[in-house]
Amino acid sequence: MSGLKNINRRTLLKSTAAVGAGLAMPTIFTSSASASYLNEPTGSTVTLGFNVPQTGPYADEGADELRAYELAVEHLNGGGDGGMMNTFSSKALKGNGILGKKIEYVTGDTQTKSDAARASAKSMIEKDGAIMITGGSSSGVAVAVQALCQEAGIIFMAGLTHSNDTTGKDKKANGFRHFFNSYMSGAALAPVLAANYGKDRKAYHLTADYNWGYTTEQAVRESTEGLGWETVETVKTPLASTDFSAYITPVLQSDADVLVLNHYGGNMVNSLTNAVQFGLRDKQVNGKNFEIIVPLYSRLMAKGAGENVKGIYGSTNWHWTLQDDGSKAFVKSFGEKYGFPPSQAAQTTYVQTLLYADACERAGSFNPCAVVEALEGDSSLPGVSSPSNKGYLFDGLGNGPTLYRAADHQCFKDVLVVKGKENPSSEFDLLEIVEITPVAQVWYEPDNPQFAGGALGTCNPGA
Amino acid sequence: MLALDKKDTTLFLIVLAAVIFAPFLLNPFPEGSELAQFNAGYPDLLQRFLIFGIFAIGFNILFGLTGYLSFGHAAFLGVGSYAGVWMMKLLTMNVVPAILMSIVFAGLFSLLVGYISLRRSGIYFSILTLAFAQMSFALAYSVLTPITNGETGLQLALDDPRVLGVSQVNGSIPPTNLFGLPMRESFELTMGGWVFTFNAGYYLCAVFMMVAFYLAIRIFRSPFGMMLRAVKSNQQRMNYTGLNSRPYTLAAFVISGMYAGLAGGLMVAMDPLAGAERMQWTASGEVVLMTILGGAGTLIGPVLGAGFIKYFENIFSKINDNILHQWFAFLPDGLEDALVFVIHPFIGKGWHLTLGIMFMLIVIFLPGGIVEGFRRLAQIGRRGTGGGKKSADAVPAPAE
Repeated sequence: MSGLKNINRRTLLKSTAAVGAGLAMPTIFTSSASASYLNEPTGSTVTLGFNVPQTGPYADEGADELRAYELAVEHLNGGGDGGMMNTFSSKALKGNGILGKKIEYVTGDTQTKSDAARASAKSMIEKDGAIMITGGSSSGVAVAVQALCQEAGIIFMAGLTHSNDTTGKDKKANGFRHFFNSYMSGAALAPVLAANYGKDRKAYHLTADYNWGYTTEQAVRESTEGLGWETVETVKTPLASTDFSAYITPVLQSDADVLVLNHYGGNMVNSLTNAVQFGLRDKQVNGKNFEIIVPLYSRLMAKGAGENVKGIYGSTNWHWTLQDDGSKAFVKSFGEKYGFPPSQAAQTTYVQTLLYADACERAGSFNPCAVVEALEGDSSLPGVSSPSNKGYLFDGLGNGPTLYRAADHQCFKDVLVVKGKENPSSEFDLLEIVEITPVAQVWYEPDNPQFAGGALGTCNPGA
Repeated sequence: MLALDKKDTTLFLIVLAAVIFAPFLLNPFPEGSELAQFNAGYPDLLQRFLIFGIFAIGFNILFGLTGYLSFGHAAFLGVGSYAGVWMMKLLTMNVVPAILMSIVFAGLFSLLVGYISLRRSGIYFSILTLAFAQMSFALAYSVLTPITNGETGLQLALDDPRVLGVSQVNGSIPPTNLFGLPMRESFELTMGGWVFTFNAGYYLCAVFMMVAFYLAIRIFRSPFGMMLRAVKSNQQRMNYTGLNSRPYTLAAFVISGMYAGLAGGLMVAMDPLAGAERMQWTASGEVVLMTILGGAGTLIGPVLGAGFIKYFENIFSKINDNILHQWFAFLPDGLEDALVFVIHPFIGKGWHLTLGIMFMLIVIFLPGGIVEGFRRLAQIGRRGTGGGKKSADAVPAPAE
C-alpha cells in the first residue's frame, strides 16, 4: 500500500498529463493522414509547381519552358485563343481550369542542380500545396525530382529530359515523360546517316561525362553499328569544359571519318565550333568527306553555334515549322504572346501541362493514383504489334498520334531528323526537317537492355 | 547549467527556445495573405536552417578559432551524404546508422585531407583544400559513377538490399525513419488563419543542432579552444616556444569535418538523395559566406548567416512577376508596371543579386557580421535606457 500512499494531488496531475500526452501522440502523428491524398485542393483554385532552371547553363531553355507554362495556364483557364486545346483529340478540357478550379501556379529555380531542384520542389509541395510538379531541363534534375515526387506522393510531368534513365532504370509510377529519349534519337538517326553517308563509316565519339552522355553514346553507337558502322574510339569530356581542342586533335590522327558529338547546350556549341575551326569538315578520310553528327539538337543550340551547324545532322523532339494543326495553333498563340516561335522545350512542357489537366478531367479527380490510371489508359498505337503497346493514345498536340505507354510512362511518337539549314531565312529558321521517322521505327520494348533495371513501383497518393 | 557560465547558458537557452518555437516564429503571416510568401515555417526550409547551421558551426570551429580558411568543406558534407545514403541502401531506412556513418566517413576523409593540407598555412592551405574538394567533386561527378551515380545523384531504389529493413513496402521505398517514426511525418496546427507545421525530421535536426551547438560552446571555452585562438593570433611564435601546433589544428580540422559529415548525414536523413553538386566549390564558398555574414568567431553568428542565406535562396527565388503584380494591384496600371519593372531584377532568378547586395552592405557597414549588428542595437538600447552611465560599455567590441 506504500505505493498508493504516495499519490498526492501533484503526482496524480503529473501522471494524468503524461497518460493524456501518450494517448494524444498517435492522433498527433496521424492527423496528416486525414485527407485522401496529399495537397487535395479544397478551395476554388488548384496550384501547379513549375520548377525550371532560371540560372545556370540551361537558363535559356528554362525561360522558354516558363513561357510555355504561362501560356498553358492561360489557355486552360479559358484565356487567349486556346492554342492546342482546340486541336487536342481529347475534348475533356472545358477552358474553366481543371475540374472547375482555376489554375494558379508557383515557380522555382532548379539551378540545374539536383539538390536545389529538390529543395525548390519540396517547398512547392510543403509550403504552396502544389498538386503537380513539372519542369527540368536536365536529366539529372528530372530523375531527382521525379524520385522526390514519388516519395512525397504527387505527380511529376517531366520537361526537357532526354536520358534513357528517366523512363528506364529510374522510372517511377508518379512520373511521366513526353519528350523523346537517347534510344529514339539513335534509332531515328542511324538509317538517315547510313543513307547519306554510306554503311562503312568509322565513327569517333566525344561524350559529355555524365549520365545523359553515356546513354546517348550507347544508343547512337548501337544503332549505327547495327547498320555496319565501326566505332573507332569513344572519349569522355568533362561537363565543365569550354575548350575542346585537346579532344579534337586526336580525332585528326585517328582514321575515323565521322565525329559524333554527344554534347548538349553550351558544350555542343563549343565542341562543334572547335571541330569546325580545326578544319574537320574540309577533310577527306578513307576517300570520304569527314562528317560531324549531333544526336540531340535544339534551336537554341543551333543559334549559339551559328554558321557551324550548316549541314549537320541531328534529331529533335519537335520543331516549330511542322505543318500539322496542333503545331500551327501552338506556334500562332505562342508567337502572338511572346513575338517569336517556341522551342522544343516549350512545346514539351506546354503539352505536358495540357495532358495533366486532361487526365484530371477524365479521371474526375486530382488524386495522383486516379491521374496515373487516366494517363495509363488502355488504347494502342496503330502500326505497332507488341504486347506492351498499351497506354493512353492522343493526337493533335504537334507530334502526330502519340502513345503514353503504360509500362514505363514514356511517350511514343514520330521523331524528327533535322539538319542545319544552309540558307536560313530568319534567325529562328535554323533547322530543316530531313525526315519524320515513324514511331514504329523508334519503338522498343520496356525490357530493352538500354532501359533495363528499375521498376515503376506503385502510385503514391501521399497520404 | 551544464558547466556553462551564465552568459553562455543564457545564449544556449535563447537558441534552444528559438529552435523549439521556430515553426511559430517563422510563420508570422496568416495563410492566404499576400505576405504569406515570406513565411519560412515549412519543414524543408526549417530543416535546412538547422542543417546548414550545424555545417557553419563546424566550419567556424576551424575558421573562427584557428583562422585557417578552408575552401573545401563541402567535400566533407558530400562524403557524409554518400555514406548516409549507402547505409540506407544497404542496411536500413533508420536514420541512426546513416548519420553515424556519415560522421565517421567525413571524419576519416578530413583526417586525410587535413594531414596533407595543414602542412601549409594561409592562402596555400586554402588552395590545397579547394583542390581536394574539386577533386572529390570531379570524382563523384564522373569517375566514381558506380558509387555516386554521377550527375543524377545517389538515390534509393526499390531493389536495394536493406538487410536490416525491408526493400519496399507495397511497391514504394519505405520513408526514412527514426525507429519507426517517419521523418516526413508532420502535425499541422491550425489557429485562426495561421497554419503551423511541426515536423518530426525538424525536431530530430533540432536535437542534433543543440548538441552540436553545446559542444561548440564547450570547445570555444576550453583550453583546447584557447590553443586554437593562439594559433590564429601568432602560430610562428607558438612554434618558436617549442610547441607543436599541428596536432591542435588537425584536431580542429577533423572536428569541423565531422560536423560537416553530420550535416550531410542529416540532409540525407531528411531527403534521401546525395548529389555531386553538394561538393562543388560554390557549396564550399557558401559556408564561408554564411560564417562571415553571421560573424566569424562568434558562437551564434554562423547559424544566423546560414539562416540568412537559405532564406534568400528559398524564398526570394520563388517570387515571380505574377506575385508582384498581385501585390501592387491596388496601384494605377502604369505605376504598377513600373514598380514591377524596377523590382524584377532582384527577385526570382535575381535572388543572387539581392543576396550579393545584402552581403556587401553587411560586410561594409558591419564587418563583424549580423552578430555585430545585434550588438550595436543592444548598445543603442542600453544607452537609450541607461543614459550612458558606463562609457566602457559603449566601446564597440572588436570584430573577430
